[in-house]
Amino acid sequence: MSLTAVDIDRLARLARLGLQAEERTRLCAQLNSFFGIVEQMRAVDTTGITPLAHPTDVMQEVALRLRPDIASEPNQREANQRSAPAVEAGLFLVPKVIE
Amino acid sequence: MTQPTRELHDLSLKELAAALRARQVSAVEVAGHFLQRAKTHAGLGAFLDVREDVTLAQARAADERLAAGNAGALEGVPLGHKDIFVTRDFVTTAGSRMLQGYRSPFDATVVARLAQAGVVTLGKLNCDEFAMGSANENSAYGPVQNPWDVTRTPGGSSGGSAAAVAARLAPAATGTDTGGSIRQPSAFCGVTGIKPTYGRASRYGMVAFASSLDQAGVLARSAEDCALVLSAMCGPDPDRDSTALDVPAEDFSRHLGDSIEGLRIGVPREFFGAGLADDVRAAVDAALKQYEKLGARLVPISLPRTELSIPVYYIIAPAEASSNLSRFDGVKFGHRARDYADLTDMYERTRAEGFGDEVKRRIMIGTYVLSHGYYDAYYLQAQKIRRMIADDFQQAFSQCDVIAGPVAPTVAWPLGGHGNDPLADYLADIFTLPASLAGLPGMSVPVGFGTHQMPVGLQLIGNYLSEARLLNVAHRYQQATDFHLCSPEGI
Repeated sequence: MSLTAVDIDRLARLARLGLQAEERTRLCAQLNSFFGIVEQMRAVDTTGITPLAHPTDVMQEVALRLRPDIASEPNQREANQRSAPAVEAGLFLVPKVIE
Repeated sequence: MTQPTRELHDLSLKELAAALRARQVSAVEVAGHFLQRAKTHAGLGAFLDVREDVTLAQARAADERLAAGNAGALEGVPLGHKDIFVTRDFVTTAGSRMLQGYRSPFDATVVARLAQAGVVTLGKLNCDEFAMGSANENSAYGPVQNPWDVTRTPGGSSGGSAAAVAARLAPAATGTDTGGSIRQPSAFCGVTGIKPTYGRASRYGMVAFASSLDQAGVLARSAEDCALVLSAMCGPDPDRDSTALDVPAEDFSRHLGDSIEGLRIGVPREFFGAGLADDVRAAVDAALKQYEKLGARLVPISLPRTELSIPVYYIIAPAEASSNLSRFDGVKFGHRARDYADLTDMYERTRAEGFGDEVKRRIMIGTYVLSHGYYDAYYLQAQKIRRMIADDFQQAFSQCDVIAGPVAPTVAWPLGGHGNDPLADYLADIFTLPASLAGLPGMSVPVGFGTHQMPVGLQLIGNYLSEARLLNVAHRYQQATDFHLCSPEGI
């Protein structure tokens, strides 16, 4: 199995990455060379093995940790918006979505 | 007042802390000395942000606490932070153009904890973009030079941290390790580094790369110094990081002096195969012999899925990265493209301009392995083998107390040496990836020099939560040898 230019375009669209033509060609070759070393992994028999999503799972019983549902953070809107590219009246600005 | 006879940067962190506590030297003098060194050696590219006024203000506050007798454990000790930890008083870029000039509204838990202990921040240290890389060549702000040979890589991704400690621009530095990013640069720069058990230190305020792998740690000149800093930075963080372990903070120095008579050191066959360079093998073998002299016993073990850890890691880490990095959309913080047609175009251009090549590659891999029709074959299969790798370690630890082997197959390569071949970097991570996937603590300890007089590191891997024992094993070696005291000429 080999990735094609069409696959690269689809993935770039899913990842919201604008790619130049030259970048697309390079990425296609690099990804195919990477998936060459992935083949050995696909051949491993993993029947009956539970996937390990998180290493803590091996160490201790992990229950979903919850804290009391009370507001603990003060309002820091101004501080949090200081690094935003475009803000108006305390709101983040984005290009028009609905005509 | 008596001044220490050696220069301040020759003192160990422990000695520096003691001199500060005894008021033989002030925190302002110490900070000034290290700031001057950072300036003199700016050409190494280790620091990304230095703010003399902020550092000196922190030092003055430390001096006041020292005078008032309410000093923290590390009061006045200066330290550099990897630029992955967000800081209120310094810019945080994560080595990315995406976060150029970014000022966080808060400090990472690790940064806050160390400040609580009295640490003075010298600045932010260069690293690969979003901690993705093994040579520090993926930083948007230029590579870091290895102080032992400025034409060579310091390793990555914590390259700035390792270079700063090796060049004695800081007595210690924080780092993060996702697949070897503390251990490998420590080995390449001849310093001592520890990545604790996954979950030991809070990830709150650590710019996320791969959340089930990312872990904060420390690089210093000795195991003894690492233990001091690690003790101050670890501990539960229940309100901020639900994946931080629910185990109390501990004093990692408490077993440093223990005997290692009868210690069983597991030596994994797979770490000594054909891919291991002769010079690294010779230095590692000599270190293992030294351990036998110290009373340890070598036990041959097997970690049969060592080679598989490369594809497994490079599926899981990019999958998590592609998800984590979706937050960089040009809306709430960071870079936004100047020209765009609509919202989607704004996202696409912003991300195309803000991310470097390696980050784009990993986002593409991650997007692919998580996409419909490929999730089971790649992502889930990788997670299953990850479980098998973790089980292999538990099997090994039934026969030994710690595992030892090389950190990397070779010494540091020349900058640009892997050219345009990202796969060459991935393959060089082979010995650090298994412990990362299992979430185990690991160290790099300087054990000599290979070709071109470049440092070689010995990797020590312990079972979960065994950091105090690991540091003890490293410390006993450093009591008997002086490789960790060597420093590069002319710096």
